[in-house]
Amino acid sequence: MPGADKETELSERIEAFLSELKRCGSGAGSLRGSAETARETTSLLRRITAQARWSNAGDLMEIIRKEGRRMTAGQPSETTVGNMVRRVLKIIREEYARSRGSTEEADQQESLHKLLTSGGSSEDNFRQHFTHLKANVIEAINELLTELEGTTDNISMQALEHIHSNEVIMTIGRSRTVEAFLKDAARKRKFHVIVAECAPFCQGHEMATSLSKEDIETTVIPDAAIFAVMSRVNKVIIGTQTVLANGGLRAVNGTHTLALAAKHHSTPLIVCAPMFKLSPQVSDTPFTRFSEILSKVNAHCPVFDYVPPELITLFISNIGGNAPSYIYRLMSELYHPEDHEL
Amino acid sequence: NEGKELTKEEKQRLRKEKKQHKKNKKDDKGPPEKEKEKEKASVPAPSKPATQSPAHKAPAPVHASESAAAAEKPAKSKAELRAERRARQDSERTSKQGKKEGGQQSASSKPKATPNELQPVVKRLPEHVQVDDPAALKKLAKKLERQQVPLRSDYGYKVSLFSHLHQYSRKSPPTLQISIPATVIHPSIVRLGLQYSQGIIAGSNARSVALLHTFKQVIQDYSTPPNEELSRDLVNKLSPYISFLSQCRPLSASMGNAIKYIKKEISNIPSQCKEEEAKGKLQACIDSYINEKIILASEAISKYAIEKISDGDVILVYGCSSLVNHILCKAFEKQRKFRVIVVDSRPRLEGREALRRLVKKGIRCTYVLISALSYILPEVSKVFLGAHALLANGYVMSRVGTSQIALVAKAYNVPVLVCCETYKFCERVQTDSFVSNELDDPDDLIVTRNGKSHLENWQTVKSLGLLNLVYDVTPPDFVDLVITDLGMIPCTSVPVVLRVKNVDQ
Repeated sequence: MPGADKETELSERIEAFLSELKRCGSGAGSLRGSAETARETTSLLRRITAQARWSNAGDLMEIIRKEGRRMTAGQPSETTVGNMVRRVLKIIREEYARSRGSTEEADQQESLHKLLTSGGSSEDNFRQHFTHLKANVIEAINELLTELEGTTDNISMQALEHIHSNEVIMTIGRSRTVEAFLKDAARKRKFHVIVAECAPFCQGHEMATSLSKEDIETTVIPDAAIFAVMSRVNKVIIGTQTVLANGGLRAVNGTHTLALAAKHHSTPLIVCAPMFKLSPQVSDTPFTRFSEILSKVNAHCPVFDYVPPELITLFISNIGGNAPSYIYRLMSELYHPEDHEL
Repeated sequence: NEGKELTKEEKQRLRKEKKQHKKNKKDDKGPPEKEKEKEKASVPAPSKPATQSPAHKAPAPVHASESAAAAEKPAKSKAELRAERRARQDSERTSKQGKKEGGQQSASSKPKATPNELQPVVKRLPEHVQVDDPAALKKLAKKLERQQVPLRSDYGYKVSLFSHLHQYSRKSPPTLQISIPATVIHPSIVRLGLQYSQGIIAGSNARSVALLHTFKQVIQDYSTPPNEELSRDLVNKLSPYISFLSQCRPLSASMGNAIKYIKKEISNIPSQCKEEEAKGKLQACIDSYINEKIILASEAISKYAIEKISDGDVILVYGCSSLVNHILCKAFEKQRKFRVIVVDSRPRLEGREALRRLVKKGIRCTYVLISALSYILPEVSKVFLGAHALLANGYVMSRVGTSQIALVAKAYNVPVLVCCETYKFCERVQTDSFVSNELDDPDDLIVTRNGKSHLENWQTVKSLGLLNLVYDVTPPDFVDLVITDLGMIPCTSVPVVLRVKNVDQ
């Protein structure tokens, strides 16, 4: 049966994606950029929407939630997967509401008035069947994909507004977003970049070689020298793995030290992060990759650091620049509160 | 031979007189003490015709560079010498009446320490932070040529912020340029220089002790040439050795202080003393210096520090400080229950050595890299740091990364204790880590990960620079306590200790 074939193919793809995620996490596979992961997740979700069996929005949301839970369980540190799932869920809700005729925004604003007068009307089962829902949802997901493809360009376009000439900029580790940002600014301005290598994986080395190929004056420093050179740095520009709901960051280890040093010297700390990295989580559990025991010694190698929002000056994303205190508002526009827990 | 020496002396005298004439024409710059130093160094010495004024001062300030002390300190000790020499050479000098009076003044006012100490000091900038000045480089080259010490050339592209510092490669030590057997430089000095430049001996205590032991050997093998006094000739013999060692690796503050002490002791040897007796005295001086300032000091510091360690503590240490390791081992012997977190950093990875020593003792340890600092700090109750030098404005100069540790510890409200012997205190002041530092071999930063080393061909990319700093300075507001052999003091009391030490000497 063609339907069964499609289903098996679909489940195969999902399995392949999950194993890819798990492999990336353990460090054996190549470390993929978050943008790629986001795009692949969204394509997979589009495929699920197209090929899975569902009759109304509620079913579809259930299926996507289930797959989403599996995917996030496979690699908890890769939050873009969960973020994309939540985006798609929001899309489904919106499309459903549009098909039904009401505006979803009105329902979302949980004002006191609404709470008192609504009664039970927000009790929506999403059980109504609409013929064009599938097409609409797929179209909306396509729009999301286009948006994802353009995020890096959108961020780099803002580079000239933030970098003037003869500046000394510091960054840490390797972030494709920051790389594109700096390369775009380097086309018109001359400045100096200091890259902290971020041991033990030393991804800063790759970043430095790639930047110096574009004729940007680059210097590689070991992590221990961050505070020593900070007094000569004009701006700190970093990327991040996740932006948390309170405006804090989960970024590569060493970023908290960098942020504290920048705060001490009153140097602005700018985070370049596309919107798909925004995650509704707030608390942070330290994520340790592995522990080796050499007889009597414990070694720790944390992968990520938590940076509190007080140390951050500005977020640059594909929709423009924002202060950390505004992040919670952006989050409410991207995700529906009921989807925060998948 | 005699004839040649005499003519050399005459030549020197003539040269000196010409210079003094020139100096008299100019306005009197600086205190008379500076002239004193020149006079002292211009003593006729066959192997060292002192021609240029920086050359005179080079022996003293090159190793006093770390503690570019006011000129009063050497002047005071040399004042006595000068009195001796003046008696001998009165007839040979022509026109220094004014300076002589000044000298006598300073000699008589020696017991009154205060008026001299507040005199304006003309501090000469040490050579090793003037690499971007071609004139200074030329002077250095000339001086080294005269002393027959090989000049080491810089390596690789230097980051523009640090163009005033040397950057050497470990693959080309100056020992390669010395012929074997070494004629001008004592072989144990050559060996020491190689050990310094290759990083075999590292750490300020280790370097000072090795230096002092080598000097003992040098003094043992030294024999006074005829017509010379041991007190002056030996000091002149040591100058090329010191230049050579600073070419191998810039001298540390502790080494600088040790050298100043030795030179003072040598100069204080009375001329009637027989050679064997003098040598024995010097050896005993060196032994007592090592014993007092390093070994006993570390015992005293351990005693104070152990009071600060309580049961159940989690102590954070950075890199490998011999003093901090000693304190922890002693505390463990005294049955204190604590565990240690060793923080390490690339590229030196000295923490592994500290880890090895502590684990051998049986102390429970955890090992992290410096980027994991904010992850591990919530568990820590105290931070113990070692120091390379303590500067007169209260800043702590130590291995690069120390200031970062102090910063993050402050953010988490964890007390930071610095342990430092008093012989490492120096009179320099510094506010940032740029003006006076050391650049290590940049190739050390190259590393292979997943089979690829991205920085392998960094020399071919012209806009890429690697920066391998050795030291950084920690501001005193990050440090809560300094434990020294004189007691537990706050960071800002360093100049008080220096003043007390000066008055004692």
